[in-house]
Amino acid sequence: MNENGQGSNGRGEVGSVTVKRGLAQMLKGGVIMDVVTPEHARIAEEAGAVAVMALERVPADIRVSGGVARMSDPGLIREIMATVSIPVMAKVRIGHFVEAQILEAIGVDFIDESEVLTPADEAYHINKHDFKIPFVCGCRNLGEALRRIGEGAAMMRTKGEAGTGDVVEAVRHARSVLGEIRRLQNMPDEELMTFAKELGAPYELVKETRALGRLPVVNFAAGGIATPADAALMMQLGVDGVFVGSGIFKSGDPARRAKAIVEATTHFRNAEILARVSEKLGEPMVGIGVHTLAPEQQLAGRGW
Amino acid sequence: MKIGVLALQGAFIEHINILRRLGVEAVEVRLPEDLAGLDGLIIPGGESTTIGKLANTYGLTEPLRAFAAAKPVWGTCAGMIFMAKSIGRDQPLLGLMDIEVERNAFGRQVDSFITPIDVDGLNGSGPFPAVFIRGPRLVAAHGNARVLARLADGTPVAAEEGHWLATSFHPELTDDTRLHEYFLKLVERG
Repeated sequence: MNENGQGSNGRGEVGSVTVKRGLAQMLKGGVIMDVVTPEHARIAEEAGAVAVMALERVPADIRVSGGVARMSDPGLIREIMATVSIPVMAKVRIGHFVEAQILEAIGVDFIDESEVLTPADEAYHINKHDFKIPFVCGCRNLGEALRRIGEGAAMMRTKGEAGTGDVVEAVRHARSVLGEIRRLQNMPDEELMTFAKELGAPYELVKETRALGRLPVVNFAAGGIATPADAALMMQLGVDGVFVGSGIFKSGDPARRAKAIVEATTHFRNAEILARVSEKLGEPMVGIGVHTLAPEQQLAGRGW
Repeated sequence: MKIGVLALQGAFIEHINILRRLGVEAVEVRLPEDLAGLDGLIIPGGESTTIGKLANTYGLTEPLRAFAAAKPVWGTCAGMIFMAKSIGRDQPLLGLMDIEVERNAFGRQVDSFITPIDVDGLNGSGPFPAVFIRGPRLVAAHGNARVLARLADGTPVAAEEGHWLATSFHPELTDDTRLHEYFLKLVERG
């Protein structure tokens, strides 16, 4: 336990690694849903979401509208915070530490430094140790995950390909991270430094990951999850929970689909329950096959 | 001894890891039949609205109440909320303990904190590192419910009523196993 906090609030030490990573631990086994209005947020909470991601546009719409995608209006985020009792997350552009300062000032519970928005810095991410609010970041592989944790991320999410409804990239990235951890666990000590060099990851975090047999922080899946079966697939692969972005509010019956995905995430190994909750959900979001996207349309490559 | 940990959502693995480290058999509880053969149950931290809704949907609420009438139950954070009789808002509760609880009473995540506290029954072995994450506050304990721990400003943060235990904070996020051992003593007493 690291107690290097960010001062006291009169009751105790705030902003320490333990309380930042701890909130992510409380979200495990749950579903975090993208919402663009207070009404969406109410539907998500009622369906059993563990947190909501407050946005002006879901990733599928960001793809359609193009242009520069930025932090959402703080006024909208505040309205959503006032509407629900569960934690509220919001996104900032990669490297845009002032957007993060603004979100900390309005008191969001978690900041997502997200490749879904247009990067503000093409070389550096935010130094997340500077903040009392925990950060979640995307990753495609173990090296990227450990670099972000080294910068202070309290939670990871495998990136997938946001706004597509195609789970294939989520699977690829989860298999990559979890597979590299399995490889690491079988490595003798003398190979660790070279492995760390190959990954581009901090050596101490490589060692810690090997000792734990998992990432040192909670790891959710994101990017392309659209059905209860998709959520259960990611859980069975070994992630700690799921983000569902466009998959819920771009579907025919968001309330019903949201509840079904929550239930599938809890009972992810129970195929009878998965069958029952998958019935009569109405139209899923219209997907975009990831392989039809030009390389510059793929968001997952953003991040350094 | 076999202890169940409610595994609908939240930090259930953390409790299971501590129980196993203490040499106790620990299992995940998701459906009513998982309660069979258990000597005690822990309801972990997580989101209380999510846990309550899933318990209702999967027919766990009445089986949990029946289990709790006979066997010890300990709730941490969301677990404390779920065990309370009154929380001043509308969400599914077990309504076991005669306590009033206020959710998110210490503020949002930016105000989550750690502080050493004295816990009755752990006296003589030093303060307990109490981790509060968007934690609930124990507003009042009525009837047979007894306050076990308070913050420096007097705010109560843990209570016991018969074989039920509730803490606003998260012992499962620390390396200190004393509260888990305290709960196991309640289970031994039956």
